[in-house]
Amino acid sequence: MSPIVELKDVRKSFGDLEVLKGVTFDVNRGEVAAIIGQSGSGKSTALRCMDRLETIQGGSMLICGHELHDDDVDLKSLRRDVGIVFQSYNLFPHLTVAQNIMLAPRMVKGMKQRQAREIADTVIAKVGLREKMDCYPEQLSGGQQQRVAIARSLAMEPKLMLFDEVTSALDPQLTGEVLRVMEQLAADGMTMILVTHEMAFARKVADRVIYMRDGKVHEMGSSDILRTPATPELAAFVSESAEH
Amino acid sequence: MTYNFDFGAVLAYWPLLLEGVWTTLRLTLFATVFGILIGAFCAITRTDGPAGARWVVSLYVEFIRNTPLLVQSYFLIFGIASMGIRLPILLGATLALTVNIGAYTTEIVRAGIESIHRGQLEAATCLGLSRTQTYLHVIIRPALERVYPALSSQYVLLMLASSIVSSVGVEELFGISNRIQSETYRNFEIFVVLGIIYLLLAVVVRAGFTLLGLAMFPRRRRLGTPL
Repeated sequence: MSPIVELKDVRKSFGDLEVLKGVTFDVNRGEVAAIIGQSGSGKSTALRCMDRLETIQGGSMLICGHELHDDDVDLKSLRRDVGIVFQSYNLFPHLTVAQNIMLAPRMVKGMKQRQAREIADTVIAKVGLREKMDCYPEQLSGGQQQRVAIARSLAMEPKLMLFDEVTSALDPQLTGEVLRVMEQLAADGMTMILVTHEMAFARKVADRVIYMRDGKVHEMGSSDILRTPATPELAAFVSESAEH
Repeated sequence: MTYNFDFGAVLAYWPLLLEGVWTTLRLTLFATVFGILIGAFCAITRTDGPAGARWVVSLYVEFIRNTPLLVQSYFLIFGIASMGIRLPILLGATLALTVNIGAYTTEIVRAGIESIHRGQLEAATCLGLSRTQTYLHVIIRPALERVYPALSSQYVLLMLASSIVSSVGVEELFGISNRIQSETYRNFEIFVVLGIIYLLLAVVVRAGFTLLGLAMFPRRRRLGTPL
């Protein structure tokens, strides 16, 4: 198994504030990696750097063969390979579900309407919202919107999917439906990196758990580290999370 | 105080009045189409353009918004004429109105663009859309929808303000009325008739914007909710 994601000593600051202080980890093709940690630990920043929404200032980052530390990295081709889903869904409110999904295949891949529609039909079925194709986002619940956002990313047929706290804005009842979609994606063999607070989900689905603390990877391993943490900090974090 | 109303004397000039209405509408339509294009382009430039271009747009907007339309019209028709560039009066007036409304539109549309959440831009970027595609398909339509009421008011105002260019010699509705007034001396009647015609024109412009809105914002048409 060759790694499709390789971070080596990645550094990133916002002004004087150093958010990533040398982050190193790999993710292999087909793996699900869960990044956990307190807010402010740099986990979301690390994820955003992987789609180059933020640029790194030190170290190296290789994502699907793209060298993100290089200023000349081909962003267009990076974004064909990487899909990202955000906490706030970010669906386009003036477009229907179908139009939301078809926009990028048409604009970026130059597909014809019919071809894009076929893809849209396929990905919407994956998230179980076929009957909502002609709805506008505001007509959907938060969980449904998030599933559409996942479908919209899948329509570009990415090699890697990033999930940035995608259930944090949802009620517990709605969280389940989104997690089930993600679980199915993982079972289909998609490489996924998720920043999450859902410990139970991480335990169940993640092949690799990365515990970040203060801008660094503090502990990393299989999901077993959530049961038997090696460091007292992770142990404390896990028991804290269990209380919520 | 006895005054014999004679609207007939004024209304007898209806072919002239109609001509004036037509000129006013043409001025308005032209300035609307190009004003919106200029406004959208400059608003995007001012929000997200290179520093130099942002600066030029700011200068344009501030200069136009802080000088009278009358002065701008005189400048475009008589001012640059003394440099040897003679624009036909109707063209110069149309240009003055367009440049003027373009600046106001820029500011209104910019407010719309700034009201769009950053996440929209990020989502489009991550899907691989280019900057231009993002603005064209993701940002500008919701931005226009948000500020649409302010925008349509501004364009009704443009139609009414187009009467100013009569003073540089354009025979639009107000200019023509002045002529009728000097021929009939029916001051009261002509301005009542004129007021009513402007009122009706304003209704027409508003209706035009409502229809345009229905065509441009299908979500709004179907759900009726604000964005």
